[in-house]
Amino acid sequence: MSEKYKTVEHERPFKYEEGDLNVTRGCAWTGPGCHLGCGVIMYTDQEGKFVKCEGDPEDPWTEGRLCMRCLDAPEVTNHEKRLLYPMKRAVEDRGKDKWERISWDEAYDLITEKFMDMKEKYGAESVVFAQGTGRDIAAYITRLAWSFGSPNYTGFLSGQACYLPRIAGMAATTGAPWIPDCAQQFPERYDHPDYEVPEVMFIWGNYPLKSNLEGFYGHWVIDLMKRGMKIVTVDPKVTWLATKSDLHLRVRPGTDAALALSMMDVIIKEDLYDHDFVDKWCYGFDELKARAAEFSPEKVAEITWVPADKIVAAARMLGKAKNSTLQWGVAVDMTREAMPAGQAILSLWEITGNMERPGGMVVAPEILSVAGGWGRELLGPEQEKKRIGIQDYPLYNFGFAVSQPDETVKTIETGVPYEIHGAWLQTTNPLACMGADPQRLYKALSKLDFIVVVDLFRTPTIEALADVVLPAQTFAERNGLAFISGAQRGSTINKIVDIGETKSDMQINLELGKRWNPDGWPWDNVDEMFTDMLEPTGMTFEELQAVAPAYQPIEYYRHEKGMLRSDGQPGFNTPTGRIELWSNFYSRAGLDPLPYFEEPEPGPGSTPELMDEYPLVMTSGARFWGMFHSEHRQIERMRHYRPWPLMEIHPETAAKYGIKDGDWVWMEGPLGRAKRKAKLTPIMDRRLVSCDHGWWFPEGDPEKFYDVFDLNINNTLPWIPGKSGFGSNYKSSICKIYKVEEGN
Amino acid sequence: MTKYGLLVDAQWCSGCHSCEIACQMEHGLPVGETGIKVVKIGPWPIGDEAEENWQFSYLPIPTKQCDTCASRRAKGKVPTCVQHCQSKCLEFGPVSELAESMDEKQKTMFVLN
Repeated sequence: MSEKYKTVEHERPFKYEEGDLNVTRGCAWTGPGCHLGCGVIMYTDQEGKFVKCEGDPEDPWTEGRLCMRCLDAPEVTNHEKRLLYPMKRAVEDRGKDKWERISWDEAYDLITEKFMDMKEKYGAESVVFAQGTGRDIAAYITRLAWSFGSPNYTGFLSGQACYLPRIAGMAATTGAPWIPDCAQQFPERYDHPDYEVPEVMFIWGNYPLKSNLEGFYGHWVIDLMKRGMKIVTVDPKVTWLATKSDLHLRVRPGTDAALALSMMDVIIKEDLYDHDFVDKWCYGFDELKARAAEFSPEKVAEITWVPADKIVAAARMLGKAKNSTLQWGVAVDMTREAMPAGQAILSLWEITGNMERPGGMVVAPEILSVAGGWGRELLGPEQEKKRIGIQDYPLYNFGFAVSQPDETVKTIETGVPYEIHGAWLQTTNPLACMGADPQRLYKALSKLDFIVVVDLFRTPTIEALADVVLPAQTFAERNGLAFISGAQRGSTINKIVDIGETKSDMQINLELGKRWNPDGWPWDNVDEMFTDMLEPTGMTFEELQAVAPAYQPIEYYRHEKGMLRSDGQPGFNTPTGRIELWSNFYSRAGLDPLPYFEEPEPGPGSTPELMDEYPLVMTSGARFWGMFHSEHRQIERMRHYRPWPLMEIHPETAAKYGIKDGDWVWMEGPLGRAKRKAKLTPIMDRRLVSCDHGWWFPEGDPEKFYDVFDLNINNTLPWIPGKSGFGSNYKSSICKIYKVEEGN
Repeated sequence: MTKYGLLVDAQWCSGCHSCEIACQMEHGLPVGETGIKVVKIGPWPIGDEAEENWQFSYLPIPTKQCDTCASRRAKGKVPTCVQHCQSKCLEFGPVSELAESMDEKQKTMFVLN
């Protein structure tokens, strides 16, 4: 094992026996479940059946803890509704339950014939490769797309409005991705001698206990509160954490940028910023100061619903803290002008000198850089130029090499600048989850000549659109590398069981890649491929399996030591070598170089004329414990906790519209509507309703796509990204509500 | 016979249900049955909403189906609810030992046998 990495001591090898059971230590990265990659202990019985999944007490991230979804992982792996073999359906039968079982060879032959034919006739760019939530498939699906010759790897999510806006924004303005310092980069965790508990953490635009950002275990917040950390919650709802916060800012959805700029105004005017850090390491402070001055707390209180005195108090808490950190979330991305919102929020921690400070924000350590793609050299500059959206949205050169999703949908519809003929959809269910205006997306994708979907279960997307379906594997069925974003560490996903004829995403990608471009895929099996990927670490896959998780030694204040730039100079990896509060890249891209605020549209501030008909502000994507995005709806033990999709509403608001607890209601916006069951609760602002996302009923009719078009709240949301091509209003819209009744 | 207890530091229970599912999987219980159950208290504002003083808490309660994870403990492990509790607000041990740390408001102890 390489000396380069620090590991924890393991009491046993990664596979051992315990009584009648075989035990394997591994990592839960996924599906099913989120993108945290918790350490797990998996048990199989004498028949080889996966019978239990527990947390790994030796995992420094979780110390043996685990959430309900992965505790219930065996139910998912062993589920009777799993896809167990490849299937095909005639294109004219799309939407009909007319599936035919086929062999893997037949499936591969058919896919290869269709895609190669498209490549020859229309160019490789005519096939789009899309994935869903961030998982370990990114390295392999990108390699598949690029080795095929298509630059159009994407996700069907308007404005890539999930983490990518923040990633691209941080890359452009600071040259690095930043994470809140919860000592997750150290195997010793909170006991590391250099670590300091943050004096205050802001929880902004997420509820981390239920929704885990990549590489962030939500209950670290509790660990740190027990160690004395205070919290400030920025959330329109009264959450459990909000009631334990020193301050709770009940912000109107989509107005976070205004709130941040106003806090900045207070911090600057009250001289609470870190002069030394700003002078040495920041660029464009005077311009930022002038911009912030436009956002007085009094004015911003009107915009954000947050009282002026609270804005001032929050600014002072941050400005006066010895060290402070930010746990921000997807609500920042899920507003149309996500880039300036993220820029404004992060600037607060920049000007207060919390960057690279213990208990502040730290640059995420990286060991393998494959999360954004692997093998881009296989694509070549000619094809890269054809990536959809890159001309209009130059910021798509930062962060991940994806095609711009809204433009991709438009290209499918119009054939401009070229025709799209095929789609490869790997572990994504865009008709139920990430796609905006799913009926528009359905019509667009229906135009395609050939669509392949790879997934664990039949989904609305499969029933509506797939011509070939390939059965993927849960984490218990396969090997894999887990180098997860956040404070990256090296873990392995370890196979314990076989289910049907399923294959792992990686194996599917490798086997098809070998057919399409053998030079790009020179490996005989996935373990060999993993070992090649691990080359920079000096470890083989088998070696990493034995010692994982492996940590890169990390220190603080790397910008002072020349550790953040490839030229070894002190500073940050930006054109000026400083954190750019005024961004040169944004300026060059024709965008406002400073953070700004635009009213979410539609909304009370932008479309007052619509408020008579749609009087409520609406937010969606409320997370709950047992389900992840559109997964787990057929998992009985999880569905028990959330049998129906909910809309949360204040009892007084509900009374106004004649709605009682448990009533089925339509939530209808200017573009469309979705059904929810009303849950009356005083945690809601009276002007706001909130609902779950990702709903479909697997128990329903496959030929009605499991009722997805009645249940998908994205029916109300258009495909309109921000000016940079990033961000979209998934979490800020307006609606009216009325009871579901016979005939409506 | 030693009396065992479960000490709950209820101020930290986040309501995540990990204890329930861990228990169900350990004991092979049908959906809906459990050896520990999280109850929710609230949420409601106490007095004027503007005071921001909320009743909003959770409390995990062992049920009749709790067997103290005896067979699991025999292998040197802690009860599965205790291990998996995401807030680390559960502690298992002899009642007499746990009683010594019953020193804070909202700490609650259940006698298990």
